Amino acid sequence: MIEIKNLSKRYGNHYAVDDISFTINDGEIVGFLGPNGAGKSTTMNIITGYLSATSGTVSIDGYDILEESTQAKRLIGFLPEQPPLYIDMTVWEYLTFVYELKGCTFNKQKHLDEVCELVKISDVKRRLIRNLSKGYKQRVGIAGALIGNPKMIIFDEPTVGLDPKQIIDIRNLIRNLGKKHTVVLSTHIMQEVQAVCDRIIVINEGKIIADEKTASFNNAVNQNTRYRVKIAGPQKEVVKLIRSMVGIVSCELHGEREGDAFTYDIESAQNIDIRKSLFRALAEKGWPMLGMEPIGMELEDIFLKLINAKGERK
Amino acid sequence: MIAIFKREMRSYFTTSTGYVFLAVALALSAIVFGASTLLIGTSDTGAYFSLMLFVLMIILPILTMKTFSEERRTKTEQLLMTAPISTTQMVMGKFLSCLCMFLIALALSCINFIPIFTYADTTTDIATDLPPNVSLIIGNLIALILVGMSFIAIGIFISSLTENQFAAVVITIAILLGLLLIGLFNSFIESYAIRTILSWLSIYSRYTNFTYGIFDIGALIYYLSISGVFIFLTIRVFESRKYR
Repeated sequence: MIEIKNLSKRYGNHYAVDDISFTINDGEIVGFLGPNGAGKSTTMNIITGYLSATSGTVSIDGYDILEESTQAKRLIGFLPEQPPLYIDMTVWEYLTFVYELKGCTFNKQKHLDEVCELVKISDVKRRLIRNLSKGYKQRVGIAGALIGNPKMIIFDEPTVGLDPKQIIDIRNLIRNLGKKHTVVLSTHIMQEVQAVCDRIIVINEGKIIADEKTASFNNAVNQNTRYRVKIAGPQKEVVKLIRSMVGIVSCELHGEREGDAFTYDIESAQNIDIRKSLFRALAEKGWPMLGMEPIGMELEDIFLKLINAKGERK
Repeated sequence: MIAIFKREMRSYFTTSTGYVFLAVALALSAIVFGASTLLIGTSDTGAYFSLMLFVLMIILPILTMKTFSEERRTKTEQLLMTAPISTTQMVMGKFLSCLCMFLIALALSCINFIPIFTYADTTTDIATDLPPNVSLIIGNLIALILVGMSFIAIGIFISSLTENQFAAVVITIAILLGLLLIGLFNSFIESYAIRTILSWLSIYSRYTNFTYGIFDIGALIYYLSISGVFIFLTIRVFESRKYR
């Protein structure tokens, strides 16, 4: 269990982390979501004992990260934003070093083999880290974090700079790890937390603006009110028809054209599902609908929404 | 601590640093040895040992420059600082690995003494008929080790302050040179108090006794204190960096 109480970190006059508190329970996969510079890395660095806080406390299973740092750090495996790799070592040598550094006492050969197998780096064990691709380096970093079977694993932006296939691999790996470990990861990609985490903590400008289970987060965020619809029919009349419907806030021509079909961005009022009535109205006129897709919200939109929602609650 | 020590030693010999260090150390000590004993035909090693201080000043920063600068630049210090070891263990691991390399170099440089032991007691034109003073050599080697320790501690401290290896090496040499030469300005200074303080601080003036064959316990304690102080300061650098 990671308990964070009233944590603040100040650089000069600027608060990188501003009085945040939360508790991460055993077995959770928690995602830290926020734009660059929101304070994600700072928070993680404080949790792992790399930085210390200006005020507030962090305790790992009851051990204070500053007062009883050795016991606390033994419970944590950390992958920083830039994996801390010694590029002049082979993968095996590096993992052996980490194993010894963490003062592990169980069977070394077996443990390292297991970790390599888990993150799928067994085939590059004997290679110099310098010569590995970015994806493999990231995995070696993850392997380093896993050595010693720490109870909690903390990943700072684990998928940045990887290609789509590698990202999927790493996400699957993290989900698997979540079965045995408590996992905390940070990211600025919303799909990532939605895909991997049980719980999402949204942080912006050093403050927590949302802390919810993924399901309820999705409900809050994913009430889609915007659709991109492709309709074959006379452009002006289609716009006129849609605008005249109940619950429509706006309808703009998006501009993509395919034969006689145009694409429109349609936004409806909150809490109204316009899809069925839109379909019927178009069918009545004999203008076939060729496609409809919800327009996902960008991270910025979500922040605005969350911040607004918070303001309303107050 | 042992893990860090082992990794450092390994890295000295898998990269060029260790070999460069040993090569430069042996070459410089051989040149200094040749010039101060063989060429002038004496078996007195006093001058050799006092010149060795300047050799140490040049070679030890090669060892210490990347101890922490490199870790900081490549962010690997994050691994060390979030590992379940104390800052003291981390700094001591680095210190001991540098010390170990230095001891290897010093041991290897003892081949320099072979010629004077070979030729000293036969009256040749290379050495005088005096046999070399073995206890003086041993005493001086011990003193050199302690001076080396203090230089390493200073070098590691400087390395922990910057992520630029080149800056680390230059600043370290400058500081060591200052500490060595501080006593040489004594003759220009009138104030007795300042003179006393300067020669008290000077590593070089304190070393002179050893070259005469006097085993100066006070100087040894001074060198050990410098090592202790700078190791302590290095630990403080890491502790305080957390709060910045």
